[in-house]
Amino acid sequence: MNMHIVVCIKQVPDSAQIRVHPVTNTIMRQGVPAIINPYDLFSLEEALRSKDKYGGRVTVLTMGPPQAEVALKKAIAYGADDAILVTDRAFAGADTLATSYALAAAIRCIAQDMPVDIIFAGKQTIDGDTAQVGPGIAKRLDLKLLTYVEKIVSVDNDQKEIILHRRAEGGVQVLKSKLPCLVTMLEGANEMRFASLDDMVRAARFKVKVWNKYAAGIEDVNKIGLKGSPTVVSKVFAPIQKTVRAEIIECASGEPKELTATLLTKLFTKHPMVLDAVSQNA
Amino acid sequence: MAEAPKPVAKKKIELDPRLAEYKGVWVFIEHERGQVHPVSWELLGEGRKLADVLNVPLAGIVLGPPGEAVRHFCQEAFYYGADQCYLIEEPLLADYRNESFTKGLTDLVNAYKPEILLLGATTLGRDLAGSVATTLLTGLTADCTGLAIDPDNRSLAATRPTFGGSLLCTILTLNYRPQMATVRPRVMHMPARDTSRSGVIIDHKLGMIETEIVTKVLEFIPDAKRDEAQLAYADIIVSGGKGLKKQENFQLIWDLAKVLGAEVGATRPIVQAGWVGPDRQVGQTGKTVRPKLYIAAGISGAIQHRVGMEASDVIVAINSDPNAPIFDFATYGIVGNAIEILPALTESFRQHIATVRIAS
Repeated sequence: MNMHIVVCIKQVPDSAQIRVHPVTNTIMRQGVPAIINPYDLFSLEEALRSKDKYGGRVTVLTMGPPQAEVALKKAIAYGADDAILVTDRAFAGADTLATSYALAAAIRCIAQDMPVDIIFAGKQTIDGDTAQVGPGIAKRLDLKLLTYVEKIVSVDNDQKEIILHRRAEGGVQVLKSKLPCLVTMLEGANEMRFASLDDMVRAARFKVKVWNKYAAGIEDVNKIGLKGSPTVVSKVFAPIQKTVRAEIIECASGEPKELTATLLTKLFTKHPMVLDAVSQNA
Repeated sequence: MAEAPKPVAKKKIELDPRLAEYKGVWVFIEHERGQVHPVSWELLGEGRKLADVLNVPLAGIVLGPPGEAVRHFCQEAFYYGADQCYLIEEPLLADYRNESFTKGLTDLVNAYKPEILLLGATTLGRDLAGSVATTLLTGLTADCTGLAIDPDNRSLAATRPTFGGSLLCTILTLNYRPQMATVRPRVMHMPARDTSRSGVIIDHKLGMIETEIVTKVLEFIPDAKRDEAQLAYADIIVSGGKGLKKQENFQLIWDLAKVLGAEVGATRPIVQAGWVGPDRQVGQTGKTVRPKLYIAAGISGAIQHRVGMEASDVIVAINSDPNAPIFDFATYGIVGNAIEILPALTESFRQHIATVRIAS
């Protein structure tokens, strides 16, 4: 039987390009490009590889504002088969608990068409960094949760069995588990393919399915958006930054050799613990 | 949180009487292969302060296979500040698995009702915290850099960086219990170990058998065999950034690190360019470090990187731009081309170490 894989992605502002206004401490969003969360790409690529290897269908899913359609079309260009955008004003202000409720509801709807065998999600996002939505979806759908996966060894869709390598503290666990499951991939696990010309053309013409809260199967509106979020932001502020300038090392000749020798003398006389660390380590 | 977080007007919330029953601060004691992760002790140090403000007990939570080791972990938890430990001893807890640990921790929370539950933001801690929070339907704040008690409502005020570290936000979990938070290794200070302290162990049963757990561990491959970076607890780190210009120049970082017996770190652009693996990334989306000596070569000091390393004892910055932000918080700076300075620095350290060797 063909496998059905759902990949949850998120459109995020490219945080490398975000600047904070130095006077007002507000985020300057103008011109900051929106991208697919980079961690999600490792999961999307792994989903596409599983499809290449074992056959099946890849559906990408995102929750976000209407413009998140761009991220889904990009995923289609990489080779996904179907794309669903869950969007509704009622979702605004959702924290991770409310987000996992909404995505789990949408995945139940997706599964009505074709049962879902594997759900992939990003390890974390670069804007929230919480790493909670994946585990949350798994718990809500009662799926086996397999996080920080660096390699999928095999998938047997008939036996509903998966074998993979999971990064743990201090080593790697080789795990055998059952489908359906939710997998988050570790960064560097694979490299995203290039979109083929055919897929790019298909993506350009592709009609993304847009679901509001009813279409996404939300049963309890108190569980979504701000209302469904246990956490509230009470304060946003700029970090207090140390403003002690570095002591700039200078010397008569300005030669690298003399500069570094001057630095070492200062380091070792003023910071005995650095001297200890260097002596112990070397 | 795709949108800029908007502060919500703080309300005095009358806590549901059912939730007012939740008392005490808990720290999950993480261990793997017979070793407690140091982040657990760092959290006990932080948990102690919270428990003292609230005037409630501090407890360590230990799940593991029966034996001397887990009892010893409880004892150590008392030394680091815990008043009590909740212990579940079961052979099937020998390896971390989401199913068994989620059940164990969730059952403990439901049975003994803590108001605050802290875990390390490690691979294990994040896997477990997300699962437990969703199962309990409560709030969880990830990667906190500051924990305090809000004096208005006795709730946990969890502060964390947002937007790549450009801003901080303080998050409250008002009408849900327990209030959960994760903290990365090395963000909090290691508390003093006081061997005169003692505490009470409370045993609890897991109520789960092996056949109920679907996921099986076939093998564990320790990192010792894999040459993995151990950045978080390194004493000396040599890091490189875009100022090194070319991939082959990054070798200069490795050369210096080798002489110093140091770990190699890097900024995000370097990792994204594939010059080093992602486990070497220091910063908001990488690791938090606080070595005794951090050498930053060709690193401008963008906030994304800064938040991960500014707690280092001594920071040496090498950058050709005298106005680079890194010179605003480094201890020492050399204004110059890192490609020329690095070999000289390596040579200076090499000579120093040779002199020390001869002297001893």
